[in-house]
This record gives sequence, C-alpha cells and structure tokens, in this order.
Amino acid sequence: MTKLGRRDFVNYLLGFGSISALAAIAYPIGRFLVPPPIREAEPNSLKVGTLDDFPVNSSKIIRFGRTPVILIRDGEENMRALTATCTHLDCIVQYSSDRQQIICACHNGVYDLTGKNISGPPPKPLSEFSVKVIDKEIIISQNRA
Amino acid sequence: MSSFFDSKVFNWLDERLDLAPVKELVNHKKVPVHHHTVWYYMGGVTLFLFLIQVFSGILLLMYYRPGENSAYESLQFITSKVYFGWLIRNVHAWSANLMVFFAFIHMFSVFFTRAYKKPRELTWVTGFLLLVLAMGFGFSGYLLPWNELAFFATKVGTDIAGVVPFIGEKIKIILRGGDDVTGATLSRFFGIHVAILPAITTIILGIHLLFVLRQGMSEPEVFEELPEKKKKYIHFFPDFVLRDALLWLNVLIVVLALAVFFPWDLGLKADPLASAPVGIRPEWYFMFMFQSLKFLPPHILFFEGETLGVLFFGAVGALWMLIPFVKFRKEAVSNAKILTYFGLGSLIFILGMTIFGYLV
Repeated sequence: MTKLGRRDFVNYLLGFGSISALAAIAYPIGRFLVPPPIREAEPNSLKVGTLDDFPVNSSKIIRFGRTPVILIRDGEENMRALTATCTHLDCIVQYSSDRQQIICACHNGVYDLTGKNISGPPPKPLSEFSVKVIDKEIIISQNRA
Repeated sequence: MSSFFDSKVFNWLDERLDLAPVKELVNHKKVPVHHHTVWYYMGGVTLFLFLIQVFSGILLLMYYRPGENSAYESLQFITSKVYFGWLIRNVHAWSANLMVFFAFIHMFSVFFTRAYKKPRELTWVTGFLLLVLAMGFGFSGYLLPWNELAFFATKVGTDIAGVVPFIGEKIKIILRGGDDVTGATLSRFFGIHVAILPAITTIILGIHLLFVLRQGMSEPEVFEELPEKKKKYIHFFPDFVLRDALLWLNVLIVVLALAVFFPWDLGLKADPLASAPVGIRPEWYFMFMFQSLKFLPPHILFFEGETLGVLFFGAVGALWMLIPFVKFRKEAVSNAKILTYFGLGSLIFILGMTIFGYLV
C-alpha cells in the first residue's frame, strides 16, 4: 500500500471541498427550477345554474375546481356531466348535437353520452360526475365510487 | 497549464484553429506586483458579480411575470413558495448593489492610478459606458417588483429625464410608455432590463475585455520608472487567476451571507392612486444626484433649477468619459495634477451628497 502523502491529502481535501461547494450551489438551483405545487380547493359540489339556462340538446363547458367539465342536456329532464379533457392527449372535447355523441376534434376521438370511448384514439372513458336537479337548480358533484 | 498544451485535445484544436496566440498569452501574460496591485482585482470582482447577475436573473425569469396584476404577486410567490426563491431573489438584489459598488471602486482606482492614459483611452471609455449601463440595469430593475417604493422612485426618476430641454418630454414618454407610470411602463422596463441592456452590455463588455487582454495590465508611473531588475511580476496563469478565484469565492460568500441575513423587503404593492409614502428615495448610487437636485432653487437666471442640474450632471459625465483626451494644461505633470484634483473633488462631492442624502 502506498502512503498517502501530504500533497495528495491536500489535493483530496481540495477536491472534496470543491465538489461540496458545487453541490451546495447546484442543489438550490435545481430545487428552484422545480415549480412548487399549487393547491387549489377542489369543490365537492357546484351549482351551475337552472334548467332554463340550458336548452335541450345543448352543452356547456364549465370549471369544476381546476377540472373542465362538459355539461350536456340530452333530454327534457336528463343532464349529464363528464370531464371535458380527452383521455388521448388532453384536448377539450365537444358535444355534437346532431350525432348525439361527444367528439374530440384534435384526433377524431368519439365517446358516447355516458363517456365511453367508442372510436378513435382515446384509450379510456371520460369520468362522470353526478348531476342532480333540485327545484330546477342544477348541482354537479364528484362521483365517489 | 503546460500539461494541457501537450495534450491530444489541444493538438487537435491547434491543428484546426492555430492556437499559438492563446498559448503565448497563457504562458507569457504577466501581472506587475507593486503597492497598487490590489486594484487589479476590482474589475474582475465586478465581472464576477455581473456573471452572478446574469445567472440569477435567468433563474428569476422562470417565475417572474411582468404586469400590474402579476409582477408583485409573482415576487410574493418567488419569495414565499418557490424552493430557494428567497435566496435567488436576494442574491440578485445584493449582487446588483455590490456590482455597482465595485464598478465605482474599479473606476476610481483606474482614475487615480492614471491607467486610462495612452494606449488605454478606449478601455476607459467602454468602462464608463458599462457603468452607465449598470446604472440603467439598476434603475429598470428597481421597478420590476412593482412595489410602492419602486413605483414612486420611477415616477421621480423618469420625471427628471423630462426636464432635459427640447427632447426631455419625448424621452419621458418613451421611457414610461405613456404619460404616466403604469403597467405599460412595467412592460417596457422589463424589456429594457432583460433584453435591450443585456444585448448592449454583452457587446461593450466584450470589447472592454478584449482591450484588457490585448494591452495587458497597466503599470503605474512609479513602477514604470523602476530599473528593470527591480520590477517584480507574477504569471497571470496560474498565479493571478488562482488569486482571482479565491477572491471571487470570498465575494460569493459575502453575497450569500448578505442575502441570508439581510433580505430585501418586498414592501407594499404599488397603488397608483395612493399618495407617496415618506422617505421615497432612489437606489444609493443615484442618491448624490437626487440630493443635489433637491438643493437647487426653483429658478437660476432664466433656467429652471432642475434643468440646469440635469444639464450639469450630463456635462460632467461626458467630461468624465473623455478624461483620457482632456488637456487642461500643456505640460503633462500639471495636467495630471489638475485631473487628480478634479477626481478628488468629484469623489468627495459624490460621497458627501450620498451621506447627506441618507442623513436628512
């Protein structure tokens, strides 16, 4: 075994010190670049208006907390609410009133009115929210299975 | 360094780029050693602080959002939510102040050792322009947090630009992006601070450094007159560079310590309808001008006092920039004497007014 000379020792010390100093600079910069999470209150339920605001066979996109939700009135008493982001690549879907389907214009994804993906690239169905109509007031809430 | 010059990498580059001048520079560049050697480090420290500014400024850009309704809020977000955001912001603010401080020291040391004289006239001129740019950085950056203090300081500062005869009003409107300091001013100052000034500074700094490399260190007259045998030198590589590096490391530690123990207050958000709070003052390096303008009477002969003041500072600034070309007397010795008194007078005036500005 070779002896660790004084010069080697100082060199190791310098190397170790330099690396530690660089790490002490690099770590805060690395952390700085990672954006902190922004917490936004996710509501449990949301009043979105009265039945009169929505004609039959129409739709509207609303915000439920941070989630865009598509609200569709497909019958006299029938309201549906589904997440409005396509499960394929995050585009916002739309309601096609003549086909009575939900379509995504980005890559021709098609869902039926329950949110099931029926043609095109979407890999998963749209998740559903529960909709209640109380005294003509529409309230949507998260479906907790 | 010599082992690097024997390496395959160097040979590969040398065959293609002819690096003989670089090798020559590295092997033969020397730094004179004398009583004033310490001043040689001031420019390097200013450069180092400028690099910190570039680096921390780019980091801040990741989160800063210019705009009346977002600038202040984004700073709150940076200092309270972003990991180490408080550190990066305070390093930027402290390093900015130290950079201007060291630029002033660098300038006055060059002045009093008369390092600006032939053949270094243009190095002095570009250096002066860099100081003006640094002050421009300071002035434009001051507004970016969109807090009360900065808002009113910018109102006052741009208003002073407005008193310049004939073109002042135009300059004011261009600076403000309108008649008043508003969100439009903020957008403008942001653009000036992160795009226009950096572009100009990069070019002028490049020229300044090129001159310094090309001409080498200036030797003071006392040193020049020594017999050749008594002149002491050290090698630039690695001796001077290592000393430089050690000093830069210490400067970094000072900046970090200041940032940690003396953070800058964000203050209250700017409110254009609120009345100005007491104690509105510009950054310290504008204080001497701000304080002098306060002393002037409203009217001097048929000029407005402020107009005369602004013109005076403009004229002295121009004279200062052209110092290497100024000849008060024919004989070099008495000319140098007058210049030294002029420099001392300016220094005492700046120091006095600055201190006075903070006392009253």
